[in-house]
Amino acid sequence: MTKIFESPLYAYHRSPDQDAAVPVRHPVLIIGAGPVGLTTAIDLAQLGVPVVVLDDNDRVVTGSRAICFAKRPLEILDRLGCGQQMVDHGIGWSRGKVFSRDRAIYDFNLTDTPGHKRPAFINLQQYTFERLLVEKIRAMQAEGAPIEIRGCNKVEAIGQHYDHVTIEVDTPEGSYTLEADWLIACDGARSPTRRMLGIAFDGEVFEDNFLIADVVMQANFPTERWFWFDPPFNPGQSALLHKQPENVWRIDLQLGPDIDKEREKRPENVIPRLKAMLGEHVEFKLEWVSIYSFQCCRMERFVHGRTIFAGDAAHQVSPFGARGANSGLQDADNLSWKLHLILTGKAPNSLMESYHTERAEAADENILNSTRATEFITPKSDMSRLLRDAVLDLAADQEFARPLVNSGRLSTPCTYRNSPLISADALAGPALTCPGSPCPDAPLSEGHLLDKLGNRFILLTIDAEAPDAFEECGVRAERLALSVRDDPSLTLKRQYLGDCPAGVYLIRPDQYIAARRDSYDDRHFRAALRRATGKE
Amino acid sequence: MSDPLSKTLSEKLTLTPNFEDADAFFAALTQAHTGLTRAESDALNARLIFVLANHIGGSAALNTAIATAKAAHATA
Ligand SMILES: Cc1cc2nc3c(=O)[nH]c(=O)nc-3n(C[C@H](O)[C@H](O)[C@H](O)COP(=O)(O)OP(=O)(O)OC[C@H]3O[C@@H](n4cnc5c(N)ncnc54)[C@H](O)[C@@H]3O)c2cc1C
Repeated sequence: MTKIFESPLYAYHRSPDQDAAVPVRHPVLIIGAGPVGLTTAIDLAQLGVPVVVLDDNDRVVTGSRAICFAKRPLEILDRLGCGQQMVDHGIGWSRGKVFSRDRAIYDFNLTDTPGHKRPAFINLQQYTFERLLVEKIRAMQAEGAPIEIRGCNKVEAIGQHYDHVTIEVDTPEGSYTLEADWLIACDGARSPTRRMLGIAFDGEVFEDNFLIADVVMQANFPTERWFWFDPPFNPGQSALLHKQPENVWRIDLQLGPDIDKEREKRPENVIPRLKAMLGEHVEFKLEWVSIYSFQCCRMERFVHGRTIFAGDAAHQVSPFGARGANSGLQDADNLSWKLHLILTGKAPNSLMESYHTERAEAADENILNSTRATEFITPKSDMSRLLRDAVLDLAADQEFARPLVNSGRLSTPCTYRNSPLISADALAGPALTCPGSPCPDAPLSEGHLLDKLGNRFILLTIDAEAPDAFEECGVRAERLALSVRDDPSLTLKRQYLGDCPAGVYLIRPDQYIAARRDSYDDRHFRAALRRATGKE
Repeated sequence: MSDPLSKTLSEKLTLTPNFEDADAFFAALTQAHTGLTRAESDALNARLIFVLANHIGGSAALNTAIATAKAAHATA
């Protein structure tokens, strides 16, 4: 198997900017071509904002990291026009098993929400995910989109100014200077940008080490997520087995604190561990081995002057529950339309503050969830282990105890409760779609609801009258007129109306609900649109 | 929608005497531990907490229960 991470995907080319007499000013520079930097770049370029991505490397992430991509990020990628590629390359899964010591204690089935286009999760290697994003960028470039990736461009210094940022970039042919109206730092958990600006990254550091092994095998394990607490082959620790595309399996073994990482990584030490887990007779090939430990940290503020932090650079969580890349993509989703409005003079710079408010709330929710899962999987005290084991023992016999078992809560999008952009609820509708929530999908006679929303403000009317469009302070909202009859499955009615006969929703470009009411009222929705764009 | 009044009631933790037969319960609980090692007893107690907690269910009542138990220890 040729390893994709060994070949350059965006090789270094000299840019005319390197020969410019004075530093060239760009509207937006993005540092980091990881999942978050690439997604942000695609989103901005599709809105017409010229964007340059700088990466210190020229290829996808080395080795194995994210594998689980959740529904909301897939919906975001659908909006960007590359969700289907991800789903085609990935594999779906919905079933799982939980083991405690030497027995299987229960099975679960994450049934997909009926009527939603995308499943709860797909598994796809991060390197494939990144490659598909780069392919999307290449396709956009071919159509003349204002988007560029510069490989082997390492950002070495940053200067913050009142209305722009200056950066010093090192390349194989020497360094050059660039300026940006806005800088987006998507440079990962160790963010050099954060370090160069001297900004803290506080939180909890966990001492446990985990061995990640990706193995290729023709085994007939089903496409399920198997999680072990305290298994005989890894006593006192945890283990995870999960399928990836192309007969690759992810194995994650907890090793505990104080280990010799270099020693544990050697194949002669890894292989016996895997044989103990998979069985002596199972044939496999090691594709990748690494050892990681993790932390749950976030920056206090995600926006510093003209520098915006997104993804792991802004917040980091433990991998349990697959929230890293999944939440980073939602940062991209939140930030792009706001920056677009600011750069086109349709919203004040202060709109960017709401990116911090909303995504910090999401980061806190993710950190809370992943810290709780970590505590359950790796109990920190004798008593927390005793309570954990009591739950596992009960869960084998008693269904009521199963919701207490926490091997990672699957990533779902955050409902923004503290956001200044959200208007008070004026519809006695379902809580699922209260203002501040992401739009749940629904099947229509042709296609799905989310596919009709796109990346602009939408006035969704369900069995209600309204103008075809309205404009407020330069921002336009276009009507999407639907009826409960458009969806015979009644998902639309169940999710958006409940017992109400009609409803009108103002939906943001990131498909979050800004306001809703039982009927259209011009003053109400104009105020809501001003509020949603930071003008109230 | 559930009746808001019954919801408040179910979230309220009973802290007035409520045992049908207090002596019998105490005896049954002690009896359940007979012959167990300390570790087995600790595990039994832990399982019992979860069985009872699930019966209560409501977060407010459970939080009151934890706070009540903690407070009694502090004044002991
Ligand atoms: C074992 C493991 C399993 C995981 N599983 C999941 C999962 O199942 N689901 C999930 O959602 N997440 C998962 N994650 C988390 C996920 O991998 C990260 O959250 C994700 O990679 C973050 O993306 P990012 O774009 O913010 O940063 P990164 O992917 O770290 O990208 C940062 C980029 O910035 C570049 N860069 C750094 N410094 C500079 C510089 N000075 N100049 C220019 N460029 C620079 C780097 O080269 C890199 O390309 C997992 C992580 C691990 C370790």
